[in-house]
Amino acid sequence: MSKPRVKLPDAAKVGDIIEVKTLVSHVMETGQRKTAEGQSIPRNIINAFIAKFAGNEVFKAELLPGISANPYLSFFMKVPGPGEFEFTWVEDGGNKIVQKVKLNVT
Amino acid sequence: MLSRRQFSLGAAAAVSLPLHALAQEQPQPWEQAVKSILGEAKPTEAKLTLDMPEIAENGNTVPFSVRIDSPMTEKDHVRAIHIISTGNPQPGVATFRLTPQSGRAMVSSRMRLARTQDVIAIAELSDSKFLISKRAVKVTIGGCGG
Repeated sequence: MSKPRVKLPDAAKVGDIIEVKTLVSHVMETGQRKTAEGQSIPRNIINAFIAKFAGNEVFKAELLPGISANPYLSFFMKVPGPGEFEFTWVEDGGNKIVQKVKLNVT
Repeated sequence: MLSRRQFSLGAAAAVSLPLHALAQEQPQPWEQAVKSILGEAKPTEAKLTLDMPEIAENGNTVPFSVRIDSPMTEKDHVRAIHIISTGNPQPGVATFRLTPQSGRAMVSSRMRLARTQDVIAIAELSDSKFLISKRAVKVTIGGCGG
C-alpha cells in the first residue's frame, strides 16, 4: 500500500473549523467479483479509518465494499489547540497504514 | 417488537418505500439494514442533506456528501452517519462516527452503485433521535464489478 495523501489548511487558529481530506490507494476488492476462470476474488478492503488529534479520536469511518476504490474521505474538526494528526487506515486482515501530520496552529 | 407490517408502514412514512416492498413477505436486505440502525425509533426528515449527482455515468465512483444542521456541542451533536444503498449486493456502505470536536457535521466520500437506485443517509443524534434522507441516483454504467 502506497503512502496516503492528506490535505490540511496551511495554517489554522484555535477554534477554527477545518476540513481534513484524505486519500489512500487501495483496490477495495468487493468480494463480489470473479476471475475469468469463475473463481471468486476474495474481499480485500480498507474497513476502517481513524483520525486522532493530539491523542484524541476526532473522527472514525467504518467502511464496507460499497465505498469506491482509492477511498477518499473529507471531514471537519474544530481546532482545540496545537497538535499532530494521526491517521490510521485498517485493511482486511489487520494491516495498518499510519500517517502523522502536524497541524500548523498559529 | 414491531410486526413486519407496522415496520413497513413506519418506514414508508419516513422514506417513501416503494409499494412493492410492502407486498413482499421478506424484508429487503436494505430494509433490515435500516431497521438494525433505527430499532424502534421513528426518524425525522429534516436537517439532513444528502448530496449526490442525479445521474452517475460511472457507478464505480459516485461522489456523495452528507451534511446535518447541528450545533455540534456536547449537549447537541451528531454521533453517527450511516449510508445505506438500496440496490447494491450489500446494503451497508459506511458509518461515520463524529464527536463535538468535529465542529461541523459534514462528511464526503465516494461510493459504488451497482445500478439505478435510492441511497439513504441516517444521522444518529446525541439525544438518540434519528434523521433520515434519501436520494435517487440514475446509474449509466453500474459499479461493483462482476
